[in-house]
Amino acid sequence: MSLQEELQGFPPAKLAVEDVSKWFRTSRQTVHALDHISLEIAEGEFVCLVGPSGCGKSTLLDIIAGLETPDEGRVMADNVPVVNPGRHRLVMFQESALFPWLDVIGNVMFGLKLKPGLRNKERLEVAKFFIQLVGLEKFSKAHVHELSGGMKQRVALARALAPNPRVLLMDEPFAALDALTREQLYSDIQRIWQKRRKTILFVTHNVREAVCLADRVILFSRNPGQIREQFEIPLPRPRDINSIALAEHAGKITAALKGHLEGEVAE
Amino acid sequence: MRRLLLATLFFAVLVTGWHFLVKAGIYSPVLLPSPQSVGEYLAGAVRDGTLWQATAVTVRRLLVGYFIGILIGLPLGLFTSASKFMEDTIGVLALGLQTLPSVCWIPLALLWFGQTESAMLFVVVMGTVWSVVIATDTGVRNIPPIFARAAKTMGSTGLHKWTKVILPASLPFLVSGMKQGWAFAWRSLMAAEIYVTILTGFGLGHLLHYGRELNAMEQVIGVMLVIIIIGLLTDKILFSPVERFLHNRWGTGVR
Repeated sequence: MSLQEELQGFPPAKLAVEDVSKWFRTSRQTVHALDHISLEIAEGEFVCLVGPSGCGKSTLLDIIAGLETPDEGRVMADNVPVVNPGRHRLVMFQESALFPWLDVIGNVMFGLKLKPGLRNKERLEVAKFFIQLVGLEKFSKAHVHELSGGMKQRVALARALAPNPRVLLMDEPFAALDALTREQLYSDIQRIWQKRRKTILFVTHNVREAVCLADRVILFSRNPGQIREQFEIPLPRPRDINSIALAEHAGKITAALKGHLEGEVAE
Repeated sequence: MRRLLLATLFFAVLVTGWHFLVKAGIYSPVLLPSPQSVGEYLAGAVRDGTLWQATAVTVRRLLVGYFIGILIGLPLGLFTSASKFMEDTIGVLALGLQTLPSVCWIPLALLWFGQTESAMLFVVVMGTVWSVVIATDTGVRNIPPIFARAAKTMGSTGLHKWTKVILPASLPFLVSGMKQGWAFAWRSLMAAEIYVTILTGFGLGHLLHYGRELNAMEQVIGVMLVIIIIGLLTDKILFSPVERFLHNRWGTGVR
C-alpha cells in the first residue's frame, strides 16, 4: 500500500482503466471505438456504462475482461495489468452463452472445475448453492434449451458467480428479455449484489435499468467513444424500477444523453 | 409402432407392384426376376452360408476402413480448423480429394498394392478420410464464437478448451460428418469389391459382380437388397441413437 493510501485511507481501486484507446480497422474504414478512457471502480461498487449502440461500451468491457487488447493505455485489476482473461473477472454476455451439451448444473460447474484447490464434492456443493441463489434448484438437471430466456440468464449468472470472481462484468445481460422477467431479475441482482458484494460493471443502453442497479452511472458518447458525464445514484436499496424517485434520476440522465446525441449530429 | 406398421405397409405395396409388373409379362424374366425368385435366391444363399460369409467379409472390411478413416480424418479436421495455414494447405487438399469419386482410387490402389486386402482397405480409407476432414473442419468453424469467449473468460485454454468446449460444441457437425463418412466408406468398398478380384475374401460386391457374370438377375437384385438393408440398419443402430441424444440435448430437430 502506498503512503498516500495509508494517509488518506482511500480504498484501493478494484479496476483502473488508464487512458485506454482502441480503434477497429477494416479495409473500408477505421472506427475510433474508445478515445482516452480513464475510469476507476472501487471494491464492491456497482457501475453502469450507458450509451447509444456503437459507443464502445461493450468494447471497454471486453478489454477489462481481457478478451480484447487496447491499442493504447492499460487496465489494472487489483494493481496488476490485465493481459488475458482471468477467473477473477467473469463475464455475463447478452446471449446466455450456456453450453447446450451440459445440463444446468454442468454449466454452473464448468468454471468451478477450472478453479484449483477445491474437491469435486465441494464444487458440487458450491454449484448447488448458486443454483439455489438464482432460484433454479428444481431445474439443475434440465437441458439448456428447456429453459426460458430469463432462466437461461439466471443460470448464466450462477455460472459467473460460482467461481467467486472479484469482478462481474455484465454485457447487456437482460436486453433480450421481456419487461416482466427483467424486473424480476433487477431485484434478484440487487439481492445477490447486497449479499455477495461483488464489484460489478454493467453495460446497458437502458437508462432506467442503469439507475435501478448502479451506484454510479457513466454516460458514453460515440464516434469516438468517450466518457461524457458521471452520475452518482444515491437512492436507497432495494430499488423499484417503477418508483418516482428513480424515474426522476433516469429523466435527468436521459436528457443528458439526448443532449450529447444532438451535439453529435450538429458536429 | 404405428410408424413401423406404415413402413411395412409401404414396402408391401412396393413388392406387390413389382409382383404384378412381372406377372404382366412386359419384361423378360431374365431382366426382371419375380420377387419370389429373388426370395428363393436369398433363402438359398442364407442356407448354404454364402450370404453370411460375404456379409461378414464385407462388414469387417467396412468397419476397419471406416475406423481408420475416422482415426485419421477427425484429428486432421481439427488441425485444419485450428489455423489459417492448415486450412490453406491440408484443407484445400482435402476438399480436392473429397470431390474425387472413390472409384478413381482403384486403378492406383491396384498398381500400388496388387489384388490384395490392402488395396481394398486403401480405397475405403481414401473414400472416408476426406469427407470426415471436411465435416470436422466445417463443424469447428461453425461453433458460435460466444462459446469460445465464455470458456476463455472462465480460464479454459489449450487442451481443456479443445476437449471440453470445441469438441462437444461441434458434436452435431461431427456426427453428420461421421455419417457422411460412413456413406462414403460403403460406396468405396462396393466399388472396390466389384472391381478388385481377390481370393482372400468373397464380399457382397463380389457376389454382385458374379451375379452379373452369370446373368443371374435374381442374385444381383437379392444382393442389392442386402446392401440396402445393411445401410439402413447401420443408420438406425449406429447413428440414430446418437442423433436422438443430440436433438434431445440441443433442442433441435423438433417436429
